[in-house]
Amino acid sequence: MSFAPGLLSLVIFLPAAGAVASLLVPKNRPTIGRALALAVSTATFLASIQLLVGFRADASMQFVEDVSWIAAFGIRYHLGVDGISLFLVLLTTFLTPIVVLSSWSDVAQKVRAYHAMLLLLETGMLGAFLALDLFLFYVFWELMLIPMILLIGVWGGQRRIYAAVKFILYTMVGSLLMLVAILYLYKASGSRGFDIELIRQTALSSKEQWWLFAAFGLAFAIKVPLFPLHTWLPDAHVEAPTAGSVILAGVLLKLGTYGFLRFAIPLFPDAAIAFQPLLLALAVIGIIYGALVAMVQEDIKKLVAYSSVSHLGYVMLGLFSFNLEAFSGALYQMLNHGLSTGALFLLVGILYERRHTRQIADYGGIAARVPLYAAAFMLVTLSSIGLPGLNGFVGEFLILAGAFGENRLAAILSTTGVVLGAVYMLWLTQRFLFGPMRHAENQSLKDLGRREGLLLAPILLLIVWMGVSPRPILDRMEPALRSTLTRVEMSRARDAAPKAPIPLPDAQAILDDERSPR
Amino acid sequence: MNSVYLRALTANEPFAILAAGGILLVLLDAIAGRRRNLPWIWPTLAVLAAALARALAGAGGSSAGLIMDGFGRFVVALILVSAALTVVLSETHLRRIGRMRGEHYSLLIFSAAGMVLFATSTDLVYLFLGLELLSIPVYILSGYQRGSQRSAEAALKYFLLGAFSSAIFLLGIAFIYGASGSTDFAVAVSGNGKGSGLMSAGTLLLMSGFLFKVAAVPFHMWAPDVYEGAPTNVTAFMATAVKAAGFGALLRILGVTAGASQGLPLATVLWWLAVLTMIVGNLAALTQSNVKRMLAYSSIAHAGYILIGASVYAGTGDAGALEGALYYLLAYTFMTFGAFAVVAAFGEKQNEHLDMSDYGGLGWRYPALSIAMSLFMISLAGIPPTAGFFGKYAIFKNAVQNGQTSIVVIAVLNSALSVYYYIRVVVTLYMRPESVRVTAGRSVAIGLVVAVCALAVLWGGIAPEGRLPGGSDLLGSATRAVLAPR
Repeated sequence: MSFAPGLLSLVIFLPAAGAVASLLVPKNRPTIGRALALAVSTATFLASIQLLVGFRADASMQFVEDVSWIAAFGIRYHLGVDGISLFLVLLTTFLTPIVVLSSWSDVAQKVRAYHAMLLLLETGMLGAFLALDLFLFYVFWELMLIPMILLIGVWGGQRRIYAAVKFILYTMVGSLLMLVAILYLYKASGSRGFDIELIRQTALSSKEQWWLFAAFGLAFAIKVPLFPLHTWLPDAHVEAPTAGSVILAGVLLKLGTYGFLRFAIPLFPDAAIAFQPLLLALAVIGIIYGALVAMVQEDIKKLVAYSSVSHLGYVMLGLFSFNLEAFSGALYQMLNHGLSTGALFLLVGILYERRHTRQIADYGGIAARVPLYAAAFMLVTLSSIGLPGLNGFVGEFLILAGAFGENRLAAILSTTGVVLGAVYMLWLTQRFLFGPMRHAENQSLKDLGRREGLLLAPILLLIVWMGVSPRPILDRMEPALRSTLTRVEMSRARDAAPKAPIPLPDAQAILDDERSPR
Repeated sequence: MNSVYLRALTANEPFAILAAGGILLVLLDAIAGRRRNLPWIWPTLAVLAAALARALAGAGGSSAGLIMDGFGRFVVALILVSAALTVVLSETHLRRIGRMRGEHYSLLIFSAAGMVLFATSTDLVYLFLGLELLSIPVYILSGYQRGSQRSAEAALKYFLLGAFSSAIFLLGIAFIYGASGSTDFAVAVSGNGKGSGLMSAGTLLLMSGFLFKVAAVPFHMWAPDVYEGAPTNVTAFMATAVKAAGFGALLRILGVTAGASQGLPLATVLWWLAVLTMIVGNLAALTQSNVKRMLAYSSIAHAGYILIGASVYAGTGDAGALEGALYYLLAYTFMTFGAFAVVAAFGEKQNEHLDMSDYGGLGWRYPALSIAMSLFMISLAGIPPTAGFFGKYAIFKNAVQNGQTSIVVIAVLNSALSVYYYIRVVVTLYMRPESVRVTAGRSVAIGLVVAVCALAVLWGGIAPEGRLPGGSDLLGSATRAVLAPR
């Protein structure tokens, strides 16, 4: 291997080191703290680029680090990246410097702690994406909690404490039941360990799978959030500071869908098939319900929050359609949503900083005053509603095409969500940007500054680039997705022909193939 | 007969050192007379250190009914460390209330001596002796703040209920002796009275004595009032050392019959008590606005988690269950002690600042204390990477392995509930505005205690199987030793 061993550890723990360092910055020099956080998060991004450069487009785990952590319990420090996690890691490292830059003038209170929490959160998220040991995954999963509730609770809006407590309670109920499931898997593995490979080879009865999937699924579904577990999301988004909203929408929600793709579906394929109708139904309800509720919101942030419920519904639809198009679309849509919703929250935050209101009615007709801002907002809107040529189209199209092959009704119903999405987003831009100027305060509104342009430009570029040329990304995703899919298809084949089960060596060969270093 | 007991007691070196040290301190206190403002802390720590050193070296041997084995060493070490932390924590408090006397320290040492005896015996006479010796000084210490009505109330309440529970305990001993003709529990259960009704009744009464000391439901009523009223340094001692001694004795007695089928369904009884203790403790803690009362109910809830391990151990005799319970006790000792130490640090002479709302905004004025407090709360809530998480992990993992998944589900739902009130402390520290002016004096002693506890909690969360410096695997030998003879 031509790359330094420990690259993944470097990527994960560089932000944590930055968090400690930013606590040591002198209190009265906030600019140093901001510069430090920006430097650390940019360095993390550059390091993660190395993953992309050295990545081979196959299904194997790469840059693997695997050492014993707590030998007595069989807990390993096992990290690796494949086509599923690669781009989510990049999304995380890409958004963090942007978020630091976005809060440059916005956050003036307790700046040191703010950056420490932001960077610690990044460590938690990256660790959760890269962990290949269930126990390690759980530790990183929980590590995200405290920084996130502090970000919401300390630097948030009016009802921030309510939102923070609601967030942590929802999350904890799910994740503690997941812990029980993880402990059960440990027992089922013959008390050998938590390694995902080990768990994959553990035979589980359908009934065991059902309960385990339910426990994992609940934790992930709360995070996604899947209807009807979504009620914490609007509160958290509305109260969180801009940076918190961007990270929450951009990355944190993806951990839920990532969890399904990495753990719940491949580890318990029988149960995933059994739960498919329920989850498809909830996904479709989420798509339509989220869109309808978004339509009637007065507060832009709340509107974007409900649009997230709708968009994540598409991702779930794709994940539970169990074919390659839908899988690729779902993973692609995770990235799209991270970019476009992240950008929307940034844009809302930029205006909020100027006018201190997020009510749609307080704006209107500002496009002529702030042309650059309006152009950026339009582009992101078009990406969000899936205009061909932009990234959103690729993901939505693949998901719907895949879903059509699996469940026609779900696909057709979800397509109405696309229409509704266009309605609420375009109606928003109409009331928000265009029409007559209704408020005198908006006359003196300033357009995007240099810093704001700098932080939006990379996102906008990616939105266009990922819409025009999706192949390089899809090619890297597909092998890993195909291997995940194999697990589901094997289980289906077994169900279809109970008399003649697929011989085990086949499965073993696939597993061996995956693990063999090339 | 007398001489046999006496010889055994003097052979238990840690106990002998503590007893002699306590008497010496009383004498010194009498000699010191008026010049009472002496640095009592040093001789006290020296006595505790000597006892700890002898205990770790395994001195004390084993005679019938009095065993200083690996298990004993572990529990005794935990008790002595907790006592030492209490001694350091008391320094600031006694100075503040102007009652720096040797008696406070000698009472602490006597109590520790009782705990050592309590946790190392299977002979019921020693057990009772230990129980009384550990309890009476704590009754007095609870009321040490003589000017405070609450302190006096706490002492009286604790004394009355404690005396009652001691009487029940003694009745249990009488029953067991009556049924079997032996005061050594290990002999008694395998002797004549095996499985008889009298024996079962005696064992249950004995259990109630232990459960009173660890504040498990339904013997928990005293805890909130006593914890709240007692001086904070004494509360910390009660919540940690007394609980460690109580669980140490309980687990050792359970170990005698663990896994063996007998007339009494002890595992089932403990299963239900664990469930009730968790639920009652957590539900009651939810509504508390007084920090000490909240921590009191939280300590009840934690007794419930440990009882899961005790229940599994009683039912199966699995070493893992014992290890889980002991590890939890270790984690619990440091996180709870640390939390009380921070409460003590925020307290002033006139106003102890026990109301949660007084903590508003302190996170930004006292960053070090607040980060430590948040760490203790996160650990108590069982969120990684802290010792409290691995404590829960160890107990839950073992329970699942022994097919007790249902109680683990109940326990994790309880943990989710507990997150609410623990996080409330963090929320108050960092997110609420300052409500009153807290002027915590900068006390090196308290700072030291908090730092030790915080490091222990972190260390237990990152390297839970970490050996003590010096390489002795205290936990491993603790479980091996108890299981080896059987």
